[in-house]
Amino acid sequence: MNVFFAALHKELLLQWRTRARVLSVVVFGATALLLMSFAIGPDAGSLRQYAGGFLWLALLLSSTLTLEASLEAETEQQALEGLLLLPVAPTILFYSKALANTAQLALLGTVLVPVAIVLYGAGTARPLALFGLIVLGAGGLAAPGTLYATMTARARAKQTLLPLLLFPLVVPVLIAATKASSLLILGDPMRQLSAWLTLLVAFCGIYWTLCGLMFGVIVED
Amino acid sequence: MGFLLVAVGVVLLLSGSWYGLFVSPQERYMGDVQRIMYVHVPTAWNALLLFTFAMGCALMSLWRGGWGWDAHHEALLEGAAVLSALLCVQGAIWARPTWGVWWDWDPRLTTTAVMFLALLGILALRSAVDDPEKRATWSAVATIIAFVDVPIVYFSVRWWNSLHQMQSSPETVSAPFIVPLRLNAFGVLALMGGLALLRARVAARRTARELGPALEPLPAGALVEAR
Repeated sequence: MNVFFAALHKELLLQWRTRARVLSVVVFGATALLLMSFAIGPDAGSLRQYAGGFLWLALLLSSTLTLEASLEAETEQQALEGLLLLPVAPTILFYSKALANTAQLALLGTVLVPVAIVLYGAGTARPLALFGLIVLGAGGLAAPGTLYATMTARARAKQTLLPLLLFPLVVPVLIAATKASSLLILGDPMRQLSAWLTLLVAFCGIYWTLCGLMFGVIVED
Repeated sequence: MGFLLVAVGVVLLLSGSWYGLFVSPQERYMGDVQRIMYVHVPTAWNALLLFTFAMGCALMSLWRGGWGWDAHHEALLEGAAVLSALLCVQGAIWARPTWGVWWDWDPRLTTTAVMFLALLGILALRSAVDDPEKRATWSAVATIIAFVDVPIVYFSVRWWNSLHQMQSSPETVSAPFIVPLRLNAFGVLALMGGLALLRARVAARRTARELGPALEPLPAGALVEAR
């Protein structure tokens, strides 16, 4: 367990030391949110209705930048090979990195919420539930995203490859998170929220297990 | 074997299509438009089947190793991608006269499109990795993860009560409709199986060339002597 916390500490420290880049990703996400409103015009009702979708699309687009950056240090001077020489199971390296990426994406999502409130009037009476949803959704993006970023970081055309691989896979996460966010913003008279959250938890469970199992295979080849 | 399967597939497809177009009776509600079912449904079955075979090859490639599995994996992925693209196009052609739209955000249509894009992503990954060993391992992992999508595609009609009809079975389809369906289903399977075998042979040759010993540099003055 100590090894896991040491690996997680290393990941979080790395993210803290590159915090200037996190700020640029936040600005990118906010810009994406602003641009999306131009697609449907200034109608306040429509903007509020689609705010959940816009929020998750902005987070999804920003996530590729975050995930790519999280593997940059490992690909420089074969640092990943160096890490694998340590007496640490690759699974631990994966879960520490995926957890750090989840934290970073959750932070990004949380920062984007006030922007969505200002731009779309997308306030909610249940902010804690929305935060929990953002953490869950971030987890759904981070697990496959970390695995794919590990592969694409060492391939040609990595900027194109990562979204090409990741976006189709996380469609269920996107749908469930968007629906749940919209229910939190617009109200949930039919009590559908728990069903979408269950779907999100199920996808997170599948991706975190599967990607954890597969990480060792792709780094030890 | 590959050419034989292709020939069998073409014969079966021609027979099934002839039966479906000229022998099978007209469907009561949709009329002649329904006849697209004889290619659409076999395409759907075989797209999922080829993806399943690709997943099997991916697992074997990781578990047992061997370049043969990787070559077949690549060929089956391409076959599944072609059938998924055809499936989306055929579905749109059938949807226009029956549903009134080319595309509907129905879960089954959406997940089929997602499966197609996921297959393209894996093929793009294969083309972006030069090292054959990494290419085989990474694409096998990507296939296994993307395969999670297949049961979602299959069961989406049951999970979400959608516009798309439930899966048909011999008990729910009239007897004259079953013959062309079966002929075309085995026809597409034989055709794509044959093409996959031939494509795997090409992939295996490319990998052998990549793994082969590097060409030795020409000795100094060799070009002058050759002149």
